[in-house]
Amino acid sequence: MIVGDSKPLEEILEMIRDKGKVLVLGCRGCVTVCNVGGEKEVGILATALRIAVKKQGWQTEIGERTLERQCDPEYIEELADDIEDYDAVVSIACGVGPQFVSERFPEIRVYPGINTTFIGGALEHGVWVERCQSCGNCLVHHFGGLCPIARCSKSLMNGPCGGSANAKCEIDPNVDCVWHLIVEKMEKMGRLQELAEVWPVKNWLTSRDGGPRKRVREDLKQ
Amino acid sequence: MKAGSNLEKVLEAGHFAVTGELGPPRGNNVEEVRHKAAHLKGIVESVNITDNQTAVVRMSSWAACKILLDEGLEPNFQMTVRDRNRIGLQSDLLGATALGIKNVLCLSGDHQRFGDHPEGKNVFDLDSMQWIALCKKMRDEKKFLNDKELDGAPEIFIGAASNPFGDPFSFRPMRLAKKVAAGTDFIQTQCIYNMDKFREFMKRVVDLGLHEKCYILGGVTPMKSVGMAKYMAKFVPGMDVPEEIVKRLTDAGKKNAAEEGIKIAIESIHQLKEMEGVAGVHVMAIEWEHRAKEIIEGAGLLPRPKVD
Amino acid sequence: MRLQYPTNVRVIQLPCSGRVDILHLLRSFEDGADGVYVAGCMEGDCHFLTGNLKARRKVEYVKKVLEALGIEPERIEMFNMSSAEGPRFAQVAREFTETIRGLGPSPVPKAKAA
Repeated sequence: MIVGDSKPLEEILEMIRDKGKVLVLGCRGCVTVCNVGGEKEVGILATALRIAVKKQGWQTEIGERTLERQCDPEYIEELADDIEDYDAVVSIACGVGPQFVSERFPEIRVYPGINTTFIGGALEHGVWVERCQSCGNCLVHHFGGLCPIARCSKSLMNGPCGGSANAKCEIDPNVDCVWHLIVEKMEKMGRLQELAEVWPVKNWLTSRDGGPRKRVREDLKQ
Repeated sequence: MKAGSNLEKVLEAGHFAVTGELGPPRGNNVEEVRHKAAHLKGIVESVNITDNQTAVVRMSSWAACKILLDEGLEPNFQMTVRDRNRIGLQSDLLGATALGIKNVLCLSGDHQRFGDHPEGKNVFDLDSMQWIALCKKMRDEKKFLNDKELDGAPEIFIGAASNPFGDPFSFRPMRLAKKVAAGTDFIQTQCIYNMDKFREFMKRVVDLGLHEKCYILGGVTPMKSVGMAKYMAKFVPGMDVPEEIVKRLTDAGKKNAAEEGIKIAIESIHQLKEMEGVAGVHVMAIEWEHRAKEIIEGAGLLPRPKVD
Repeated sequence: MRLQYPTNVRVIQLPCSGRVDILHLLRSFEDGADGVYVAGCMEGDCHFLTGNLKARRKVEYVKKVLEALGIEPERIEMFNMSSAEGPRFAQVAREFTETIRGLGPSPVPKAKAA
């Protein structure tokens, strides 16, 4: 899923200062799963903003709404019935949400209420880790099911750098050295020899380095 | 002969080689480079010029290399893949060799989060292994990465680093084998303090026959103080400083700790000279260039051989 | 036991302190409460194992929200007490009331009476 972090309340308050009516807009997709932008978080953020508004004596009104997804024009369209009543939208979907909303409703000011951080998964409730960098050419099966592109701080493809110590990365003792894990796993699987091959230079064209990406599926297009 | 550098000639002739190291200044202070270089002149085959080591911004490695050339020393141009993509790497290599630089050391580079600009974006387009392979391709096939012909190919003696003390230990000889397969001509190791562990590493390297396919130079760094030893043991990832070293420096007392550090370095070199598969030493007297001579002389490695 | 505790304390009963929601706590402040505290069982004695520990973390979260809004985080607290400790319940109610009285009224205006 796409994982995010709430923006500091102070930053959001600065965004909505002097706005008459503000909609806090959630998304039932990834951000609901990672507890940062679903219906529940909409309620919490909206309530916190209302407290602040009352305290400051502002006249701002705070509305709440959660869409099925904010990365799909079909659901964004649902806003059409009453979006005109609002002066601003605080979207707490991933970075796609505020963009889709402002593309559809160009006259409304749209603010991001969360910082989108990475593509990852939950290790346990409340703990998420990065697992994918969306490089556009998945190779994890060659590395024991672990991704050296996303999980090695240097995206090394040919083994651990000299900074790997006690299975941890040189950047932070709380970060696993993925190359340590890869070597251990391949050893256990009896596949260590596969790592002897020198991996050639990676083609980053499929990654963000090739420019913004677009994907068209002719079989699905209408 | 691949590059005809002094380092290559000395190693080819079968001498026990000595290389030194020089960190460029945190500014464009040319005198500082000349001053440090003067201490190393005539006592080493060539001098590694670090490339923004520990990700702290310094005078560019190639420029400091050029200053050394002008001073009559031979530089080893360190190049990390942290700050340059494939365009920058190839371009800088062509530029450096055009200036007369003949040795290059291909490195990953310390992550910028350590350095003085931790908020920066890194590159890591290639890894150090792929950069070694590309250097070899440019030299031997006279082609760019994209297979286009070079108008003038670099003649270089290709080096790489190896950390025998990094984890996982069992993979380290294999990683060295990969560097050899990629095309490295020589290897400089991380500073060796745990001689037993290094001996074990070299045994595996010799079993794999890697010492016959490239020259391996053992890394030696003199400890200046107990504090330095403790710092390296604790805070430098992938560094193995046995308790015994710390004890020897402590027992020597504050006044004599530096002398003891130099003594330990000399002993290490003696042990490396006797070790199968070790072709030389890389003496990294960090910010202590003026003491390098004592160590090299003390190890009986002066004068340096002249090979034409 | 007929223990006296301040009449300004409004008790809202929950099956377990773990049931308390961040939203409940924030809504109280939105409606103008001067202080809120959660009274849970003694740590280690939760019938649902970790309800009271979770409640404490939610209280900590709300403290941070209040702080960000410029409201004293001391206006919300978590207390642990056993259901057999009537006198302690009354004592906490008195002490917390004193704390809040010391802080003065909440900077959030009271909701108008319905």
